[in-house]
Amino acid sequence: MTQIATLPTRRDEAWRYADIDAVERLGLAGISEWQDIAVPAGETKRTCMVVGGDAPEVTRIRMSVGDGGRAEVFATSAGDDYTRLEIEVTLGKGAHFEFGGVTIGGGDATREFVTQTVHAQPDATSNQIVRSVHWGTAAGNFLGEIKVARHAQKTDAAQDFKGLLLEAGASANAVPQLEIFADDVKCAHGATVGQLDEAARFYMAARGLSPEMARRLLVQAFIGDAFVELEDEESREKLLEAALSKLEGKL
Amino acid sequence: MELKQMLKITDLHATVGEADPKPILKGLSLEVQAGEVHAIMGPNGAGKSTLANVLGGKPGYDVTSGSVEFMGQDLFDLDPHERAATGLFLGFQYPVEIPGVSNVQFLREALNAQRKFRGEEPLSGGEFLKLAKEKAALLKMDMEMLKRQVNVGFSGGEKKRAEMVQMGILDPKFAVLDETDSGLDIDALRIVGEGINSIMRAPDKGVLLITHYQRLLDVVKPDKVSILADGRIVQTGGPELALRLEDEGYDAVMA
Ligand SMILES: Nc1ncnc2c1ncn2[C@@H]1O[C@H](COP(=O)(O)OP(=O)(O)O)[C@@H](O)[C@H]1O
Ligand SMILES: [Mg+2]
Repeated sequence: MTQIATLPTRRDEAWRYADIDAVERLGLAGISEWQDIAVPAGETKRTCMVVGGDAPEVTRIRMSVGDGGRAEVFATSAGDDYTRLEIEVTLGKGAHFEFGGVTIGGGDATREFVTQTVHAQPDATSNQIVRSVHWGTAAGNFLGEIKVARHAQKTDAAQDFKGLLLEAGASANAVPQLEIFADDVKCAHGATVGQLDEAARFYMAARGLSPEMARRLLVQAFIGDAFVELEDEESREKLLEAALSKLEGKL
Repeated sequence: MELKQMLKITDLHATVGEADPKPILKGLSLEVQAGEVHAIMGPNGAGKSTLANVLGGKPGYDVTSGSVEFMGQDLFDLDPHERAATGLFLGFQYPVEIPGVSNVQFLREALNAQRKFRGEEPLSGGEFLKLAKEKAALLKMDMEMLKRQVNVGFSGGEKKRAEMVQMGILDPKFAVLDETDSGLDIDALRIVGEGINSIMRAPDKGVLLITHYQRLLDVVKPDKVSILADGRIVQTGGPELALRLEDEGYDAVMA
């Protein structure tokens, strides 16, 4: 794993959708810190986080998961400036990586998740679900790289991305990247981008819900997928609320 | 008894479609008094659903002239959700699926939004569930269905029955029911018809009942029957008009 000696540019695959101006404002020091998390064999570790604020923010996490271990990361990214959460995870034999992420917000901010999942040993599984809800000229990105080592047979890796654009100027990008050297491997990825369902909005209005309430309910249903695997209800509520409160600032 | 007017539609003209507006309602006039069930029948494409959608305020429909007075107010001064809170219920010909939102959550939020608009206290979770159970039982719908996502995976008949459960919970003053009988078998039709009677048959309520079939009218006995053809009401009569339509068809009756 390489330490960055110079600032990344758009030519770097993992930074191609990044807000490079914001990265420059952060400088090398602002993007070079990694948090290390080790999940011992057979154990489960869960990390829940709300990322993003008024200033650019890059959070980088490096995880190694021992044989049969389980790493879970759930995140809401709702800052007002460039926000990047990057996760590199290396899975031992039969280990599992679960990621659920939501990016949400307007303005002109870029909010992105960048994951690199290394299936280094056989029988490991990974499941990543990202939901992006944006308006204004904001962008939500999910760059998910999957690496499967030559002997990592029976790897099962899934990525699912859905974008919901509340206004025409917003965008959502999913970039799955697969590097597979084993042959008995399942890698599934899906990506769709859409708008709020107009028929549902009218149906909800006809039952008495204001446009804001209808939108909140529809967005809640949309982003809920990212946190279905999060079993701790209190954490789930927190992440959902952090996302939904973002809608309140929107007209 | 003095009749109290609930809905008064006067010379209503409306178009559908944004890019290339197509005139559908062409001078429609109609009145419904409190305590009345007024059936609307008419050939396919006559504009029955358009009328329902215009009354509900569906985007994409433009009122080009005419007026609608609803419970003493100009209907078009109200946004769709305000119309609902004022007492208008639109039963959809094709109820919409809302993945990820349960019926219970949807209806509780909708009911409390309406109550708030009217300056009433919200119902607690417990009070709401009690009400929902009672109305589900009235329509012989399993309460488990109400815990599922709105209309997702419901059969056509279940969707129509769920519409009536929604109507029971929201307890509107006035219902516009668009082909609520389509897609129902005989037993479900009776349950739905009796549901309409028990929820909406009251001296201070009214119903505009859009239907193709006499069999619903056998259960929900209408006070008046109108024929809508080519965007206008062309004939109004009593229940016997529906029977004549059933026997002779639109062409003969309208001739
Ligand atoms: N969204 C729409 N765009 C264009 N034409 C429409 C639309 N909705 C309805 N129409 C047309 O309006 C006419 C009346 O339709 P509708 O009100 O659904 O009739 P009914 O319910 O009486 O069968 C039909 O000719 C139909 O094709
Ligand atoms: Mg119709």
